[in-house]
Amino acid sequence: MTKDEVRALALRVLGDIAPEAYLGALDPRAELRSTLDLDSMDFLNFVAGLHEATGVDVPEADYAKLSTLQSCTEYFTSSGGN
Amino acid sequence: MPSLGADMEAGTLLEWRVRPGDRVKRGDVVAVIDTDKAEIEVEIFSGGIVDELLVTPGTKVPVGTALARLRGDGPAPEATERAPVPQAPQAPEPASRAEPPKPPPATEAPHRPRVSPLARRMAAERGIDLSTVQGTGEGGAITRADIERLEPAAAERASSAQSRAAPTPEPPRQPDAAKEAARRSDAERAAQRARAMRRSIAAAMARSKREIPHYYLSMRISMESALRWLETENSRRPVPERLLPAALLLKATALALRQVPELNGFYRDDQFVPSDAIHLGVAISLRPSGLVAPALHEADRLTLVECMAALRDLVARARAGVLRSSELADATVTVTNVGDQGSDAVFGVIHPPQVAVVGFGRIREEPWAADGMVGARRVVTASLAADHRASDGHRGGLFLAALDRLLQTPEAL
Repeated sequence: MTKDEVRALALRVLGDIAPEAYLGALDPRAELRSTLDLDSMDFLNFVAGLHEATGVDVPEADYAKLSTLQSCTEYFTSSGGN
Repeated sequence: MPSLGADMEAGTLLEWRVRPGDRVKRGDVVAVIDTDKAEIEVEIFSGGIVDELLVTPGTKVPVGTALARLRGDGPAPEATERAPVPQAPQAPEPASRAEPPKPPPATEAPHRPRVSPLARRMAAERGIDLSTVQGTGEGGAITRADIERLEPAAAERASSAQSRAAPTPEPPRQPDAAKEAARRSDAERAAQRARAMRRSIAAAMARSKREIPHYYLSMRISMESALRWLETENSRRPVPERLLPAALLLKATALALRQVPELNGFYRDDQFVPSDAIHLGVAISLRPSGLVAPALHEADRLTLVECMAALRDLVARARAGVLRSSELADATVTVTNVGDQGSDAVFGVIHPPQVAVVGFGRIREEPWAADGMVGARRVVTASLAADHRASDGHRGGLFLAALDRLLQTPEAL
């Protein structure tokens, strides 16, 4: 996937989890969990949404690498995502 | 019209899920009502055959109004549907109605697919007839995306319907203006709901503090064994099947309650009545604000995997704003977990007529002394707020000790 595709996917999944959030202005380097008030269930659903779309089974140890929009795009377009 | 809260005076019938002639059994969802705080799927109390629907969708009626007539082939046909009234003095319903939850339970007889509350509002604003919409959600449910997909055509229909209805011809509204108006109306509706919910929480919490003599206990519990076990388990599981620490905490709480029954049940008419069944009221925070604590039924009888699945389903529906009437009524104790929000401990406010709230704070690494040495462990502070009319500190302490023991052997949960 391209970086733009990953970004769009992540925003779509986040939009389903936090529909009231205005994601258009989300800073790519902002911590997703604190900025969008995501709890552990939300975050699990986020990872599950990404898994469903990409087939990538993110190990728990890698969750910290998905902390921002930017780090997500890096993760899924680097060796971790392919 | 069932009473689904001490302060509920009236409700709006949103839709019927059954038609005259349908056979229903106890527990079937027969209607969806709007309580101004949430949409609730009403489960019917008794079985029988639907004779006549007395109220049309969209009508707001006072609590107690007959909604439908059933004819039974069992004892005495019910003239009204009545969901259990949570705050009124009534013997708690036997656990026969609660079944181990499987998301989502299959019920025969629903003829119309579920509609998410947001989708329903959007459709109403845009003049879209829901029966013409193809749902792509689970079980054919109609979601926001389904309505948005129809948007341009629907906005056109809505504006042409408007100009047909108006006595003097009006220029059709631009699709953008219609969309913006709908969005504003959604936001207003959501704000109204949030205010109504806040008032309801305020009333319940104030009453609790006036009437219930709370006592408070806490205990630091090492989660190291539990989390290591969980990490191993999750490394073997694909993402959708992973377990959260919350599932372990809930299961352990349910099992510990078996050992101290004075914390699980209802205080009514100056006496405590323990409940055989353990239905954990799971406190779920809503964005942007609000709190519900719907029941996770028979938590002690679920496997850890079932517990996680039930929790996930409950959270999703609570946040979507659609819960079932039995979930609002049945909790025998409440569990609140503020761990993610950063507080080390929480001492809850008991929700009458329950007699206890179990609290969990953030799991964090802390210094921990064991065998004469200090190391680091991941620790959670568990708390108990309990009704002193139903239990004493000693028994409350035994509960926390049991919880601790259970969390040291996670494989047995």
